[in-house]
Amino acid sequence: MAEPRAIDIKDQPGFRSIAIICLLVLYVPVLILMIFSLNSGSLVTHWEGVTLGWYGSALLNEEFHNAARNTLIISVSATIISTICATLAAIGMTRVKPWRGLAAAFMVINLPLMVPEIITAVATLSFFALIAGTFGLNFGIGNLILAHTVFCIPFAYMPIRARLEDMDLTLEYAAADLYATPWNAFKRITLPLLVPGIMSGAALAFIVSFDDFTITQLVAGPGQTTLPLYIWNQIRRPMTPEINAISTILLLVSILFVSVSFLIARRRAK
Amino acid sequence: MGIAFKSRVTAPQLPSRPAYGDNRTGTHLPPRAGSLNGVIVPEQPGKNAIEVRGVRKVFGTGENQVAALDTVSVSIRENEFFTLLGPSGCGKTTLLRLIAGFDFPSAGEILLHGQDIAPLPPFKRPVNTVFQSYALFPHMTVAQNIGFGLEMLGKPKGEIEARVAQMLKLVKMEALKARRTSQISGGQQQRVALARALAPQPKVLLLDEPLSALDYKLRKEMQIELKRLQHETGITFIFVTHDQEEALTMSDRIAVMSAGKILQVGSPRDIYDRPAERFVADFIGETNFLAGTVVSKKPGVATVKFASNATITAGYPEGFHPSGDVTLVVRPEHADLVPDPAKGTITGTLSNIVYFGTDTHYHVKLDGGDENFIVRHQNSRSNPVIYETGAKVGIQFEEDAARVLKD
Repeated sequence: MAEPRAIDIKDQPGFRSIAIICLLVLYVPVLILMIFSLNSGSLVTHWEGVTLGWYGSALLNEEFHNAARNTLIISVSATIISTICATLAAIGMTRVKPWRGLAAAFMVINLPLMVPEIITAVATLSFFALIAGTFGLNFGIGNLILAHTVFCIPFAYMPIRARLEDMDLTLEYAAADLYATPWNAFKRITLPLLVPGIMSGAALAFIVSFDDFTITQLVAGPGQTTLPLYIWNQIRRPMTPEINAISTILLLVSILFVSVSFLIARRRAK
Repeated sequence: MGIAFKSRVTAPQLPSRPAYGDNRTGTHLPPRAGSLNGVIVPEQPGKNAIEVRGVRKVFGTGENQVAALDTVSVSIRENEFFTLLGPSGCGKTTLLRLIAGFDFPSAGEILLHGQDIAPLPPFKRPVNTVFQSYALFPHMTVAQNIGFGLEMLGKPKGEIEARVAQMLKLVKMEALKARRTSQISGGQQQRVALARALAPQPKVLLLDEPLSALDYKLRKEMQIELKRLQHETGITFIFVTHDQEEALTMSDRIAVMSAGKILQVGSPRDIYDRPAERFVADFIGETNFLAGTVVSKKPGVATVKFASNATITAGYPEGFHPSGDVTLVVRPEHADLVPDPAKGTITGTLSNIVYFGTDTHYHVKLDGGDENFIVRHQNSRSNPVIYETGAKVGIQFEEDAARVLKD
């Protein structure tokens, strides 16, 4: 009798074909999108020949530039602010004596993950409208940065907290034992060991902010078009492979970020 | 402490006898009151490095309260290899953590050279710890780990480098100083942990079961190594272990702990030959327990009668007033087997003979009851008497081999 462990799921009938179908469904559309970004014709459905022209026209497109600039300003700001908040929150929730409301705080931080995004979007829109109406305040692009920061925090928080929980508390005791004040112990021991967690938290936050559509669509004011909004607007007109080129650029940026964060995490884990 | 650091670093070689921390001679390094980077420097050196006075430590609240330490008092002398020995959960690690400053006592005082350090945070205590898991900083090299304490004390760079080089030499790790701590073996990590804790020249070094993660051979090596380091540095070592053999072979004195209390403090010989309590006799080594009744008493010795009507006179620990039912303890190797039952102090039937290579254990079922007694004989090339199971035998032991303890 074989042990239960010896059962290999790879040997189950149909496993191979199901796996292949899943992979095809996931990646074939993306692959087609990328291939047609090289189409020399002006249709996204009819292949004519190979060209890099659409990348050229995308990169020279003024509207694309503006959208890219907006996206970068919002994503980078939201990433930095949310990562700082998430780091502080994670430290405050793992390196202190358990306090009343700890579980509640954890819930509050992670709530944006569970609330349907459209509801957050509507709520955020009404919130900013209320502030604008009552106090006459409008932070311009700051509105978007604020909105993005809020939903980025739980994404940044997760890997940082995981890293803190994995970290051997004895290391901090050892630092204190060796005359390090709490601040020095944090600066010299906890923080350097936390860097991989912070990096992957920041990368996640950046990606989430970078391609957010729902909240941005509702909150964005005139002149605050981001890349996802720009693409959405383009699709409503007759589509050209330029949109494929832009999408491919976005995809490559995302892949780059995810790979970097993965590589950092792996290098540090050694 | 400040002076101590300087004099140590200018010394070309570690002195074979301690220049630091040894205030018995009183000729060099008078400790001065004050502080170094906020780390206290004890005012008056006493002959006790650490004095624990009436320390209680309670965990939990209300009904869930558990006293991990129940009013413990003990004095640890300067320059001593002192061991806290006991089973897991006896409070030995809690006491160590209180001395290190990772926890604070619920009541009582902890004096370091006469100064109460119990309320101080760990980074203000001139005490360093070797952790069970070593707790080396994984993002630093071996040398950076060893220099960390000195760096935190704000020592000049040159001094740190000299001291680190000295420590690397002391623990024989010079060749690996640039390695990451993840790139060295368990035994090497152990040495780095020791060097790191010794580098700031603490008044007291705390060791929390530091050898438990090592394999048998390496552990034996490190036991000798630790004794050497203690001798060469002259620093007071407080060593926590549950391994009685480790405690007996390494310590100057041992405190045996159980259920949050210290049961006995004494030299390994004291603890082994003259246990103060049944638990101590039982926990350390193998012992025969015999139930008996006190029939008469003189200062220091009591006469006890057994179920078989045999009597024996034996000593009892100070502070114990033997009367009524008592327990008599005899170590298996302190007793002798004789073929003629008439010559034995007590008699019985051989029920089992177990051969151990170096020695043989004879299990004897005693007459007049169902108690068992084990006699251990060292094996030699020619054992004079061959016993057989089922034979009637006598067991002999000297008066001072037996001890009367509370039942």
